[in-house]
Amino acid sequence: MDRVKRTLSPYLLVLPGGLWLLLFFAVPMATMLSLSLQEGDIVNGFVFTGHWQNYVDSISAYQTQLIRSLVYGAITSVVLIVLAFPVAYWIAFYGGRKKATYLFLILLPFFVSFVLRTISWRMLLTDDGVLLHPLKEAGLLPADFQILGTATAVIAGLVYSFLPFMVLPIYVALERIDPRVVEAARDLYASPLTSFRKVIFPLALPGVFAGVLMTFVPATSDYVNSELLGSSETTMIGQVIQAQFLSNSDYPTASALSFTLMTVLLIGVFAYARALGTEDVMKVAAR
Amino acid sequence: MRPRIGGDRLLHVYTWILIAWLILPIAVMILFGFNDPQGRYNQTWQGFTLKWYGEVFALEALTDALVVSLLIAVATALIAGALGTGMGYALGRWRFRGAGALNLLMFAAIASPELVMGSSLLSLFVSLGAPLGPVSITIAHVMFSVSFVAVVVRARVVTLDRSLEEAAADLGASGWTTFWKVIFPIILPAILSGVMLAFALSIDDFVITNFTAGTTQTFPLWIWGSTRVGLPPQVNVMGTMIFAGGVLLAVLTNIRSRPRKKAA
Repeated sequence: MDRVKRTLSPYLLVLPGGLWLLLFFAVPMATMLSLSLQEGDIVNGFVFTGHWQNYVDSISAYQTQLIRSLVYGAITSVVLIVLAFPVAYWIAFYGGRKKATYLFLILLPFFVSFVLRTISWRMLLTDDGVLLHPLKEAGLLPADFQILGTATAVIAGLVYSFLPFMVLPIYVALERIDPRVVEAARDLYASPLTSFRKVIFPLALPGVFAGVLMTFVPATSDYVNSELLGSSETTMIGQVIQAQFLSNSDYPTASALSFTLMTVLLIGVFAYARALGTEDVMKVAAR
Repeated sequence: MRPRIGGDRLLHVYTWILIAWLILPIAVMILFGFNDPQGRYNQTWQGFTLKWYGEVFALEALTDALVVSLLIAVATALIAGALGTGMGYALGRWRFRGAGALNLLMFAAIASPELVMGSSLLSLFVSLGAPLGPVSITIAHVMFSVSFVAVVVRARVVTLDRSLEEAAADLGASGWTTFWKVIFPIILPAILSGVMLAFALSIDDFVITNFTAGTTQTFPLWIWGSTRVGLPPQVNVMGTMIFAGGVLLAVLTNIRSRPRKKAA
């Protein structure tokens, strides 16, 4: 009796949560896949016809936005690596007893609602806002200069939104490096630059990959930044999917686009997970 | 053992510049809660006033939206906390068939784009003809936060010393008593931080909520809707209060947990 209870207990504990994930994560994905292969409209209803043409049509109609999103996402991730690595490095190696305080400061934006944060960021970039107005007054910028509505504004917004997600995983990876390894490199007459290049950087790479994963996926599929900071020239795929779902009720097209986006992103994610394991991502998520 | 190039000092300055940049929009948010705009647009500085702090709940629709967000976040924290603790404890404590599949499912739910999770949930609700509102929002929020709770709890459970359980058993405690008297108090801080994480994720979520809300307004949805007609300063005041409350809570819990760490 006791043994039966013991072998059963993990299953009983896992069942409610697992079922919830299955019903509201896995099943919806299947529903969306089915919806993406349906034909019809909101008035007369949708029928499953295995209509693969939805994919062909929607991708060819919105390939510009799809590719633009992937490009913006990729640029965002690269900029983030460049911006975040030195900070993560400094906190990990020179932060001393104040490490926790610095990390807390990096995380401060998370105490403000994501949408509100982006709106505040827009106020900073706005044509005659707190940032550009003084520069224009001083004659450092032409009077008709504007950032809002450009790709730069959207990417800057994405970079701002996701910066902590790049700093943290790189910090975690750097923090785990045994200082004796670096010392050993120095004892073997490696210059500071060489020991960074040959020892520290390779050991930090899993953190960089985790950071890319945690920023590329949300940046590519984001539509808050492109909606609030961009223009019709910077429309991203998220805006299209959102509009098709919520305004046009063209569920098959929206589903096909959403599924395409996820497939593209998840291929990357699972390739990463296979190659390097999911440990780092989970660890960062647990922080 | 420091690099002799003096790079550490340069990096120190750089770190502070980046932190300043991160804080800049927050400062703007706080500042414009004290602004006295004449028109509908709270975009340029027009004078200092405290009146929005007095009238913070004057906009009924905004206050209602905040209350809806708070209620959903509490429900999410409780449900995701309970379900996530069960999963995290089981995954940390036992090896069992299906654990790998569950881990994969959790990982997929953490790594999937919110946009896709939100739109697929809408697909499900539309196909079922299910009504959208606070219930569908809560279902969605539990879905995306339960894995985070499980990960946090599991991380604590795997570090548990198994000899504690053996000692309890030697002293005649049943499995049930051992759990509640020995294990539960040790993993409680992890459970609480998981619950707080679920609360924070829920109250801030915009993307998934946007797809599953129907006509229900939550705090982020209301802000989003008002960007077109001009953001009232009350939003900045509420944002400032939530920010201050969150920071205070984080600082307090950190101070409280510090002496304990030293003792251990």
